[in-house]
Amino acid sequence: MSVQVERKHGDAPLMEIRNVSKVFGSVLALQDISTKVGAAAVTCVLGDNGAGKSTLIKIFAGVHQHDGGEFLVEGEPVAFTSPREALDAGIATVYQDLAVVRLMPVWRNFFLGSEVRKGRGPAARLDTDAMRRTTKAELLAMGIDLRDVDQPIGTLSGGERQCVAIARAVYFGAKVLILDEPTAALGVKQAGVVLKYVIQAKERGLGVIFITHNPHHAYPVGDRFMLLKRGRSLGDFAKSEITRDELTALMAGGAELEALSHELEGGGGAAAEAAAELEAGVQDLGVQAAEEHLGQPTGKTV
Amino acid sequence: MTTTLSPPPPAGADERVAKVGIVRRLVVRPEIGSLIGAVVLFVLFAAASSNFYSLAGISNWLDPASLFGIMAVGVALLMIGGHFDLSAGVLTGTAGLATAVMTTKWGLNIWLALLLSLALCLGIGFTNGYLVTRTGLPSFIITLATFLMLQGLNLAVTKLITGTVSVGGMATVPFYDSVRPIFASKINILGVDFKIQILWWILATAVGAWVLAKTRFGNWTFAVGGDPVASRNVGVPATRTTITLFMIVSGFAWLVGSLKLLEQTSVQTSQGFGEELIYIVAAVIGGCLLTGGYGSVIGASIGALIFGMTNQGIVYAGLDSDWFKFFLGAMLLLAVLANQFVRRFAESRKG
Repeated sequence: MSVQVERKHGDAPLMEIRNVSKVFGSVLALQDISTKVGAAAVTCVLGDNGAGKSTLIKIFAGVHQHDGGEFLVEGEPVAFTSPREALDAGIATVYQDLAVVRLMPVWRNFFLGSEVRKGRGPAARLDTDAMRRTTKAELLAMGIDLRDVDQPIGTLSGGERQCVAIARAVYFGAKVLILDEPTAALGVKQAGVVLKYVIQAKERGLGVIFITHNPHHAYPVGDRFMLLKRGRSLGDFAKSEITRDELTALMAGGAELEALSHELEGGGGAAAEAAAELEAGVQDLGVQAAEEHLGQPTGKTV
Repeated sequence: MTTTLSPPPPAGADERVAKVGIVRRLVVRPEIGSLIGAVVLFVLFAAASSNFYSLAGISNWLDPASLFGIMAVGVALLMIGGHFDLSAGVLTGTAGLATAVMTTKWGLNIWLALLLSLALCLGIGFTNGYLVTRTGLPSFIITLATFLMLQGLNLAVTKLITGTVSVGGMATVPFYDSVRPIFASKINILGVDFKIQILWWILATAVGAWVLAKTRFGNWTFAVGGDPVASRNVGVPATRTTITLFMIVSGFAWLVGSLKLLEQTSVQTSQGFGEELIYIVAAVIGGCLLTGGYGSVIGASIGALIFGMTNQGIVYAGLDSDWFKFFLGAMLLLAVLANQFVRRFAESRKG
């Protein structure tokens, strides 16, 4: 949005949702969801499969519109009707299945949909040199040193592709970066690399919404954590309000883990052993402590 | 292997470039297979008969190659964009028949008739593209339907108007001489006539290759063929790109139909039937993937050249021309196998 808007709403977070809900037919996909992200901050949205993370992303990205509540960008209420509108407002989404075309070179992917051209009218053509140079420089600025920006992007590893997608969003002036499970399909090392770029994007002043089901990835980089479960919020915490163990316990849903351990106990032998371990694990996670501290019932049907 | 993720070493960039195998760079060019194939065929046929590489011989095999080549350029663009057009062959017939009927039967000015015929073809191309993008059905099915309908219309409407299965007499149409230089003239080189359609073919290939490599539209063509969902997510107008590609094919079909009509001064209702597969064969030999997102216009043109050379070369070599289709099929099979290898190579790192 324009500078004017920023002045008008000087204190407003970059992006905020208040009591947002979304209904698909008779299915309540999201109910009463609130969170926000400021500049140079990372808000993590945590949730298991089917928690409503994808629906939430699609509202941010302009694929869906919310049915209730408020969606504010720099203090102004918005309802995007297309991904293009969200992009124009500075909200860039890096999808889990990645918006890259695998057979196309890295630089063509980097500029896809926003190509740089020179010349006029029928002579208008791609400024391939400028795009190659820019791609290389921008990736280098993110710490990715590609030998050859002409290689098909499919030859990069999953983590590298994520990083290219992040660098692209940053270059095209995103203010808010939405990352849909960027570490989900990655090994430990690759995930670490992606987390590094999440922090880099934050240090460049972007607001980052980091969607994940892994509290161990979320906690080190996040400033704010919103937990989703079955379309409802389990809470929206600043980092100072929650510890890593509490976060993990909330995510794991302590009661469900216990139920699982009972199930395994019935099996005897190795299963019983696993159950005992699981139970010990649940204790370690401090489910009880988390529940008391946050005053939230966890794991029960909400 | 191809990247380092740690902060860049100060002067590391250059020494790594040397590691890119020249072989890899060449092999991942989509047209390389067809180029090698064309050279090998040329040498074989030239060894079998010196007439093959005489000027007259060359003119002889460039003739079929050029008409198929023009269509192969359009079809290759469409295939890179992820679609087929099975109606492209009979559409060349529709274009010729429409112009012929409008001029010889209805007395329209030949230039006007050519323009109306072009509008008709572009309309059919638009319809193909619109139906494909709107319904999400495979273009194979949609254009198969168009193919059958056009085949029927070509025959039925022509018979309805003229009572026969061919329309002739173009040479006597007023102003025929004014369109001839563009569509049906010959260029004499050292005593041998080369048809103007060869120039059209070269022009189509050059413009097609430029558009594909150097324009935004070309970029979008690769993108919608490679991954339509991802393209849409980054803001590529996928629907518009696809419809435009179908219209390019139909525009080329008009050009080929007109070239053929004005050169031969008559047209059969069966014209173009069965040729749609040859265009696809040429594009595939030229390195286009059936799944879209990868290919080359130049390769498709070389594919058409291979078609032309084999077509005439078998005769020059003294072989029975009955063998022609067998050779064409064998080359197609080889090309597809080579393409598959190339794609695995291009994507050879696990993702």
